[in-house]
Amino acid sequence: MTLTAVQTLVIVCVVALATIITRFLPFVIFKDSKTNKYINYLRRVLPYSAIGLLVVYCLKGVNLSAPVYGLPELISIVCIVFLHYWKENTLLSIGAGTAVYMLLVQYVFK
Amino acid sequence: MKTKADALKAAFPHTIPVLTGFIFLGIAYGITMCEKGFGVGWIFLMSLFVFAGSAQYVAITFLTSAFNPVYAFLMTLMVNVRHLFYGISLLEKFKDFGRLKPYLIFGLCDETFSIVCSTNPPEGVDKKWFIFFITLLDHCYWVTGSVIGGIIGSLISFNTKGLDFVLTALFVVIFVGQWKSNRDHKPAVIGVLGSLVCLIIFGQSHFIIPSMIVILAALMLLPSLPKYRDYLNNSEINKMQTDKEELR
Repeated sequence: MTLTAVQTLVIVCVVALATIITRFLPFVIFKDSKTNKYINYLRRVLPYSAIGLLVVYCLKGVNLSAPVYGLPELISIVCIVFLHYWKENTLLSIGAGTAVYMLLVQYVFK
Repeated sequence: MKTKADALKAAFPHTIPVLTGFIFLGIAYGITMCEKGFGVGWIFLMSLFVFAGSAQYVAITFLTSAFNPVYAFLMTLMVNVRHLFYGISLLEKFKDFGRLKPYLIFGLCDETFSIVCSTNPPEGVDKKWFIFFITLLDHCYWVTGSVIGGIIGSLISFNTKGLDFVLTALFVVIFVGQWKSNRDHKPAVIGVLGSLVCLIIFGQSHFIIPSMIVILAALMLLPSLPKYRDYLNNSEINKMQTDKEELR
């Protein structure tokens, strides 16, 4: 630890505060504007776009230009999509997809 | 009391993917903090009061370099800026949640958001408490995981490589679920393409804010195209959701 205990505590509080601000801000700004048609529109479509962004965010570290060219991720995601279209069982899709990925990165694409 | 027990029972199965993901990611975080010389107390405080995985990982840098709270504050805002999207998406859903609302907003991490916006409680279960228990359980998993990690340090011996993929899998499953339940794929496609383009242009450490701007701009411009003129007021998504809500 390079910081003193007080300095560490300050950093913890600052990080917590900044996180809280990002979470509360929309609720504070749009408190009374539920009649705004643009906000209503965004509220409807944004969850779909946000999950798309989140999927990309999770895969941001995948390197497509060097071995293993993102193959473990690609194969696992194809399995998940296939399983979820077929059985529509969330736990099965997530569990099998993760197991496939772990096997691939631990044994196949070492 | 029965309302709460029912809500807890209904909420728990939805949090199982997060349970596995958070316990192991939390352990990984705890081990990392432990290696940097932080005791379990600090790890517990961090996970309890920040409760944001990526921000906490980034914060390790602030804690191990020269004291600079302003930089830490700005960096954390940047890392967490995607939370603004979650808030806007859930404005209506959280509207009448009363005294539970501040905690639900505080605990709105990526995983809780993805469950809350894609899941409705079964019939007869109170929506407010259902969402509360999803949030609380996820919060507990994260704190427990990171504390376990802090305690066992680097003693863990089995190969957990690749286990963090569980969270990617969770988001992919939700994405597929949303795709199947809607005929209108434009918002989903805009989300993926907008972020991909920005990822390619700006690189993995700077693409979140540009992506959000591009996605917002694309969504706002969509209704101004002649073909989608009515999209603003009656997009398919709106219809589908209303249908679903009526069915419930």
